[in-house]
Amino acid sequence: MDEPINLVLFSGTDDKLQAAAVLTAGAAALGKPVNVFLQYWALDAFRRERIDRDHGLAPEAGVEGRAHVDALREAGQVSWAETFRQAKELGTVDIQACSLSMDLLGIEEANLDSLVDGVEGVTAFYLNAGTGQVVFI
Amino acid sequence: MTTLEIVAQVDARGLSCPMPIVRTAQGIKPLAPGALVEVLTTDPGSQKDFVAWCRSTGNELVEQSVDGAVYRFVIRRK
Repeated sequence: MDEPINLVLFSGTDDKLQAAAVLTAGAAALGKPVNVFLQYWALDAFRRERIDRDHGLAPEAGVEGRAHVDALREAGQVSWAETFRQAKELGTVDIQACSLSMDLLGIEEANLDSLVDGVEGVTAFYLNAGTGQVVFI
Repeated sequence: MTTLEIVAQVDARGLSCPMPIVRTAQGIKPLAPGALVEVLTTDPGSQKDFVAWCRSTGNELVEQSVDGAVYRFVIRRK
């Protein structure tokens, strides 16, 4: 079977999470397993009560970028959370929270959205990543 | 010459990447091997995406055409 694609999500803005969700869903559609490791602000965005909120955009987006993103959204673009959900239905997508980031942000597993499959450390992440590519977003 | 019998349709018009592929992968799953599915999209990227997806997954891209802003694909399930 294919080596997994391994995405480390660090940034918690909607644009970067959207890009990560698109990469995840694309890989899932090709039958490639995907491991997603949530750190820092990306993990914060996966809190159950925050996942559907507006998480802003990366600083480089600016006003013009904001307008482009809003236009896509108004045209009916599927949210990043929903894109991850569909990717999980379609393929083998495992989403894990970084245990250090959990401590740092004071998050309990019960606070996380059901998209998150569990909590692990960086060693477990690398073990599951095998020789597959690691992408940091 | 055999007439193509399309048994399912995926209407992904108006959807942006990667949803046309995601919907197609979902839609083709329950079909029998050899079944034909018709896909409609408006995302220009889907022209290359469907070629790549079919090559990678082993499904066969039987037809590919453009009608105005709508791309049409007929895919035979592996």
